[in-house]
Amino acid sequence: MSEIFGMPLSVIAGQTMLGLVNGCFYAVLSLGLALIFGLLRIVNFAHGAFFMAGAFVAWMLFHFFGVNYWWSMLLVPLMVGLVGALFERTMLSRLRRLDPIYGLLLTFGLVLVLEGGFRLLFGSSGKPYPVPDLLKGTVQLGFMVLPIYRGWVIVAALIACALSWWVIERTPLGAQLRAATEKDALTQSFGINVPRLLTLTYGAGIGLAAFAGVLAAPILHVNPSMGSDLVIVVFAIVVIGGMGSIFGSIVTALGIGIIEGWTKVFYSEASSTIIFVLMAMVLLLRPRGLFGREGSS
Amino acid sequence: MKSTTMAGFALRGTLVVAFVALVLVPWFSQWVYPIFVMKLLCMALFACAYNLLLGFGGIMSFGHAAFFGSAAYLTGLTVKHAGLTPELGILAGTLGAAVLGLVIGALAIRRQGIYLAMITLALAQMVYFIFLQLPFTGAEDGMQQIPRGKLFGLIDLRDDRAMYYLVLVITLAGMTLIHRVVHSPFGHVVMAIREHEPRARSLGYPVERYKLMLFVLSAALSGLAGSLKALVFQLAALSDVHWHLSGDVVLMALLGGMQTVLGPAIGAAIVMGLQHYLDAFGAWVTVITGVIFMVCVMSFRGGVAGAWAERFKRPAPDAPTPKS
Repeated sequence: MSEIFGMPLSVIAGQTMLGLVNGCFYAVLSLGLALIFGLLRIVNFAHGAFFMAGAFVAWMLFHFFGVNYWWSMLLVPLMVGLVGALFERTMLSRLRRLDPIYGLLLTFGLVLVLEGGFRLLFGSSGKPYPVPDLLKGTVQLGFMVLPIYRGWVIVAALIACALSWWVIERTPLGAQLRAATEKDALTQSFGINVPRLLTLTYGAGIGLAAFAGVLAAPILHVNPSMGSDLVIVVFAIVVIGGMGSIFGSIVTALGIGIIEGWTKVFYSEASSTIIFVLMAMVLLLRPRGLFGREGSS
Repeated sequence: MKSTTMAGFALRGTLVVAFVALVLVPWFSQWVYPIFVMKLLCMALFACAYNLLLGFGGIMSFGHAAFFGSAAYLTGLTVKHAGLTPELGILAGTLGAAVLGLVIGALAIRRQGIYLAMITLALAQMVYFIFLQLPFTGAEDGMQQIPRGKLFGLIDLRDDRAMYYLVLVITLAGMTLIHRVVHSPFGHVVMAIREHEPRARSLGYPVERYKLMLFVLSAALSGLAGSLKALVFQLAALSDVHWHLSGDVVLMALLGGMQTVLGPAIGAAIVMGLQHYLDAFGAWVTVITGVIFMVCVMSFRGGVAGAWAERFKRPAPDAPTPKS
């Protein structure tokens, strides 16, 4: 078997694949984050908490009601997204005229409530969620062994990203959304209900986070703190990529995931800090981010 | 400040009473636990140092635990492993936090507002991971049994009473310094930048340098608080660098009142008191802290000090107006 820098190719390919899986989670999360930021001008700190909530709701549905993985994949984003939309309607929308910092603080408070709440209900230890029968096992690719479930995560996440892109770029609803992102007052004056659009967008972003949570449930142990560490990494990715473009945030997230995977192969001590080092470098060389638009602070 | 007004009178009265009460604490240790009051003082200094940046500079950092915790570890390292005296340990911790503040601040002020908050959070998380991996920090167990030693080689700090007065003196000195900075020409320039950055720039002020100086000052004072905490508890732990603490200090500033120098100290007292008395209920502390956070953001944005000013109808002269 061939080697690169003294590492067998299969190890590198394996870590690339794991990095890609992580990158997919980053991509779905930063997509939702960018969507919400674009329209609501709010950095949704609770994004990771809703990701965690998605995984927990899937676990609860399976454990208490016997709802299988495939139904969860459909139901959980709807349920959690509805909770998110309610949160936006009742609380977040009242902060719209204030400094966006208050939105960050409110969602931070929500993180503590959700994390603490799930810890009270289920404790801190991880809950196992079984891989669905259809996706068990591995495939031999020749240069590496691919667990089917991880391959499925990559496919499902990319489909979710593509679908979101299609809705935003190719549907009338998406056109309204883009219009409101550019000029919300003008869009409103054309008779489009912008506040409803905001609620819908927040709900959709949260739904995406919950979808990622369902995807992650069989891989990560479902536990109350699985979201918050992830969201900080996603913040760094968003700073690197810039929140200007949806496409940019997806590409950055996948790339960062792969770089993180390679770091695990060559210098594993740095694997938890590499993303933040990259962020510092981008800030030094190109402060507005790789895909950031001129003038966005 | 016009001391003839009702508000000024009430404020001074409260401050004198609070000061006398704080001086008397070690003599009534059967009623109040001095170690708890020491922790409270450290946190009050931390919150006021943080608010120097948030309230007066309008710069929202979400990673201040990095400075607090790094100073705690550095103090532990110099006192425990290098065997230096506590005052040198505190100095090392404070200087270390200042240097870290210079690095993180220089990176963070390249962006503004919400991005700056995310950048500080991410960099602080990096600091957290570094301390998790460094060999001397004891990882999950923390750096334990840091000796308090003898101050200047003379005063034995193992005596809780001596330690208490050291903490009290340093905390009050730190707060006085913050008060002086806010009311200095430097402080006024900083507030001018907060209110209208382009205008301050057009008046010829080097805006970036002012922001960075404020950031470093805030980081150094946060470090001072962290160093003291390490000596009081003889422990530097990962919770001192965790983002939970960064969030707590934001809450303290918000709850106490961002417009004032001492408001965050009130916030610190409330948050620490809550965590102290609810400790037995485990995860409830997190939930209740979160609920208070949300209530504050929704309907109590002036904080305790803001409500106080409202009550006495005295317009706070340095009040930041939330940008819309």
